[in-house]
Amino acid sequence: MDMIVTPSPLLADERAQALISAIQDGLPLVPRPYAAIGERIGLSEQEVIECLRILLEQGVIKRLGVVVRHRPLGYDANAMVVWDVPDERVQALGVCLGRFPFVTLCYRRPRRLPVWPYNLFTMIHGRDREQVLARVAELVDRCDLGDVPHQALFSRQCFKQRGARYGRARGSDAGSLEVVQ
Amino acid sequence: MGDSLLQLSDAERRLLNDFQHGLPLDPCPFARIADALGMSESQVIEALQALQASGVVSRVGPVFRPNRVGVSTLAALAVPSERLAEVATLVSACPEVNHNYEREHAYNLWFVVTAPDRERLDEVLDDIADRSGLDVLDLPMLEDYFIDLGFRLQWT
Repeated sequence: MDMIVTPSPLLADERAQALISAIQDGLPLVPRPYAAIGERIGLSEQEVIECLRILLEQGVIKRLGVVVRHRPLGYDANAMVVWDVPDERVQALGVCLGRFPFVTLCYRRPRRLPVWPYNLFTMIHGRDREQVLARVAELVDRCDLGDVPHQALFSRQCFKQRGARYGRARGSDAGSLEVVQ
Repeated sequence: MGDSLLQLSDAERRLLNDFQHGLPLDPCPFARIADALGMSESQVIEALQALQASGVVSRVGPVFRPNRVGVSTLAALAVPSERLAEVATLVSACPEVNHNYEREHAYNLWFVVTAPDRERLDEVLDDIADRSGLDVLDLPMLEDYFIDLGFRLQWT
């Protein structure tokens, strides 16, 4: 099955590419961060700000701000909860589930029958396993999911976590982008 | 609740909670945040530096929407438990892989692969299948129902 890839006209713009590459590991924590980024890539402070505004408007950047790690703040448990939803209900249920504050991701993905019947994926965080399971029960109740098969896949250990790299490998300047999946 | 949380001041909590999105597009964004929180610009910058150093904050910057800059997929393997460490290491070693997790399921190894295009993504998945001798579950995102407004922190 093909990915949905939305080409963005702005990304053809080398300035935007350079900006994305320069900010993906975060802004420098200095009084004029946009000016500092601009200096690195040959843009003015105002050009950096304008380019960021467009990337946000286009949705290339989902949000710009403080990126908090969940674990150090006491959100120790997370489960990827997968649902086998009839195709005609998946859109409505996806929207319903995506609205809960403790649901941090909500994606439709393909089934891979016979080994993988689940087509709706949610990430649910909580302080501990019991809270995560209570939240799953709340979703079942409030989105009327009693008849929808689902499983909670709790995370056990993390082998690797870092930003994604989209560039072709070019040594240390390949850079990284944080992507939520 | 983690110990690190208890050591945060009210201002730091607001800094974490209120500015996960909407970083001011102003020449001096940290001064604008300082205005909103009743702090000085240097206090905001120092607090963010400390939160970053302690690992609470990963960075101040962008979160990109998947598949707008390159392509990615969520992949899974059902790895026999005695081979988990070996296969996890093999998967983690791929530069295209991030977020490689063990989860409680027959499909017990879950990872995200990103690449500039679908062709390269397929090469990486084929390579992992060849080297592990396992079938790779390839689950690209088809639709995103979640509007990311950051993560609402609850303190109690």
